[in-house]
Parts: sequence; C-alpha cells; structure tokens
Amino acid sequence: MSKIPSDLKYTKSHEWVRSLPDGSVDIGITDHAQDALGDLVFVEVPEPGRTLAAGEACAVVESVKAASDVYSPVAGEVIDGNADLVATPELVNQDPYGNGWLLKLKPADKSALAKLMDAAAYTKHLETESH
Amino acid sequence: MGLNTPLYAQHLSAGARMVNFGGWDMPVNYGSQIEEHHAVRRDAGMFDVSHMGVVDLNGARVRPFLRHLLANDIGRLQIPGKALYSCLLREDAGILDDLIVYFLTESRFRMVVNAGTRAKDIAWIRRHAGEFSVEVSERKDVAMIAVQGPHAREKAASILPAADRAQALALDTFVGAEIAGLFIARTGYTGEDGWEMIVPAVRGEQIWNVLHEAGIAFCGLGARDTLRLEAGMNLYGSDMDESKHPLESGLGWTVAWTPAERDFIGRGALESVRRAGSPRKLVGLLLEERGVLRAHQKVIVPEGGEGEVTSGTFSPTLERSIGLARVPAITRERVQVDIRGKLLGARVVKPPFVHYGRPLVS
Repeated sequence: MSKIPSDLKYTKSHEWVRSLPDGSVDIGITDHAQDALGDLVFVEVPEPGRTLAAGEACAVVESVKAASDVYSPVAGEVIDGNADLVATPELVNQDPYGNGWLLKLKPADKSALAKLMDAAAYTKHLETESH
Repeated sequence: MGLNTPLYAQHLSAGARMVNFGGWDMPVNYGSQIEEHHAVRRDAGMFDVSHMGVVDLNGARVRPFLRHLLANDIGRLQIPGKALYSCLLREDAGILDDLIVYFLTESRFRMVVNAGTRAKDIAWIRRHAGEFSVEVSERKDVAMIAVQGPHAREKAASILPAADRAQALALDTFVGAEIAGLFIARTGYTGEDGWEMIVPAVRGEQIWNVLHEAGIAFCGLGARDTLRLEAGMNLYGSDMDESKHPLESGLGWTVAWTPAERDFIGRGALESVRRAGSPRKLVGLLLEERGVLRAHQKVIVPEGGEGEVTSGTFSPTLERSIGLARVPAITRERVQVDIRGKLLGARVVKPPFVHYGRPLVS
C-alpha cells in the first residue's frame, strides 16, 4: 500500500498539495505516482515568477521508463522550484512528501484548495483506478 | 492475461512488478531498476528469459540447411558447443528475427529466438526445413535463466555438483555445453560475462531459488533493457523489424558475404543494397544536455535530412542519456534530437557505450 498522509490534499493526476502557514503551498507527486514511475532520473521544475493556471503542465518527472508531466493542482505564481532535484532526482522516490517536493506556489485563490480531494477521497480514487 | 513462464509464481512472491512483453507476463523490476542494473555491472544478477524460444534442429543435412537459412555462416562453427549470432532474413532482406545458434553435433543444432517472434520464426523455419529433411522441435519443456555480471559465473557454479564446476567455469566465451543435466552457455545480453542456462522446466523454480541463495540478485526486463543498450545491442521490434535490413540496423558485421557461392535467403536483395550503399545507418547517440532519449524522437541531421531514435534510455553507468538512432548515411559527428519540443544536442558514437563494467565513451 502506498502512503497517503492525512494532512495533504490530492488530485486525480496524483499530485499532492501541502498548505503552509504563510498561505503558500508545496506541491509534489504522491507515493503511488513515484512507485508507478520507477527510479526517477530527470526532473524539470518551473522558474520562480512563472504564473500557472490550474491544470497547467508545470514540471516534468522522467524515470528510467518514461517521462510524465506534472500538472499544477491550483492556479498561482511559482515562488520556488526544488533545485536539489537537478542533481538528485531520486529524492522524489525516497521522500515524495518531504525532500522530494517539486515546487512552491502562491495560490491565486485560496478557496480553490477546498475543491481538491482529501486523503480518504484519494484513497478511494486509487482503488477505483486499479480496477 | 499473458503467457506465464515456469518461474511466474517466483516473480510474484518476490514482489515483482509485472508487464506484458511479447505476449508474456514478465517481471519489469523487483524494486529499483537502477539497483538491479548496477548489480549486473558490479556483481551478479539473474533474469528469467524463459519467454525466449528454444528450437532444436535435427537431421543429417542440418548444416547445409542453416547455411541457407541464416545470413551469418554457421560454416564458421567447427568446435562443438560454439555459438553464432545471426539475422534471419526474408527474401527481400527484411529482418524476421535475430537469434543465437549453437552447433551441438553434426546432426543437431540449437537456436534461441525472441519471444515476440517465436511462432512466426518456427513457421518460417519449418517451411524451409522440409527440403533438407530437418526436424524442427520447439522446446516447451525448458526454462531459461541468464546469470550476468563479473561474479555471476563463480556464484552460479557454486550450485553445480562439485565434479562439474571446473568444466562449467572452463567454457570459453560464446560456447555452450550440457553440464550436470543443464545446457550452460557463456553468452548474454548485458555486455558482462556470464551464462545463459537452459534447464528442464520442472527444475526451473528450484534452480532459480538456489541461484538467488548463492547471492545473485533478481533482475527484471527493465534492467535488461538498460544493460543491453549500454552494451550497444539491438532489440528486435525497436531497433529493427521486417521492414529493415541488416545494413541499416548496425548488423552488417553479422552478414557473412564469403564464400560468395553461399546462397542464403535474402542474399540477392542485400547484395543490391550493398552495391548501391545503404541510404541509412544505425548509430549510437550520447545526449550532451540534460534529458532522456526515447524511441521515436526525431533526429535532425546538419548534413541534411532527419532520422529517428529507435531506443533510448538513461544510462545508469554513464549517468547520462544514450540511445540508438537510424539516420541518413551522410550523418557525421553531431545531431539534434527533438525531446518534448526542445532541440537538444547529441554526439554520434560507435556502440557499445559500456563493456565489462567500463565506460567506452565520455
């Protein structure tokens, strides 16, 4: 079973979102997503200052097997991308919800976060997907 | 549901992630593909390759038959057990398959063919075997295990009866023999030393498990693919198929042109290509920027024209991306590859990229 922390929000395309006290959010891919991709060998994160629409492709995670786009769960402005992933993409495999974060975003509209799935809904989504 | 090898249950209990490959449910990895890759380059890894077809050919005229059937010349095989790599061609020189053939005795040869092509191959071989009165039998009663890596032979030999170990360890490269009821050949698809072992299917699980207990790591098809690509070996269906001939597939070296009177299937068509010069060739690519080469990416050639990546991956040994590409024959040292809309520079190199654990390109 893949890990699904209860304090995060999720998307159907397997991104997670963590709300931080200053109003910004961290975004990454879920444990399920990293496991399905296999060993990551290349990660491309967005530049600070870039404005993203909800659902816009904002990062690329590439494993030994294939390349996948990561979609921004909400609209907002990129504050930071995880520069450590350039040299050590495997952080996403080892610690998908921690050191393997992809980008930090200032959401355009905080209420958009409420529309994302919680852990229970994402768990159910994974069960549906596997059938 | 695909076909299952005799080792299928072992893969499931080892926690393998299974994928369909050539109609077979096969393990792609048992955890980390990169760790499995390094296990083979640095120590010893084992692969279930029972999906490949083992075909025995028996008959007094098996030698003239194979000299007609195959583009490489088994006339070169004079020591019993010796193996030869060859293409199986259509009349128009399209590649039906690439295979290994072993000379066992003057009336018995053995072939190992690819999984996805085995039914087609056997039909083709039978069609041509009749006039030579060669009996073609597909061995469905065997499993095949590849043990590969610098320590693979020594570890695998430890599972043999003590009296048989010296003979097994004395096998030369590209030679096989029946030892302790198993067919052991010093061949492989990784660029490392090792054996491919053809064993009775009923003993497959037991042998698989004792090899693992001897310290050989489980490895899946994922690592097999990155290893073979580092070793500069073609994958049938990706780097060549029936619409491609050997001279545009980096396989000219496997075609035996002499003696000139040997009339192998596809020779006439291939001679025409050779005289005119093949307009395309298969080359190795080393990506000079960050990114990963993948099959079907477009290659832009400064000398003119375009090509296509046929296989691409991230090389765990070189820690950069490598690939094979079919490009115009005029292509020289550098190309650009369209990777997800960006044009990235790549250098043209001669495979292999890695051999016996050592990088050959930089």
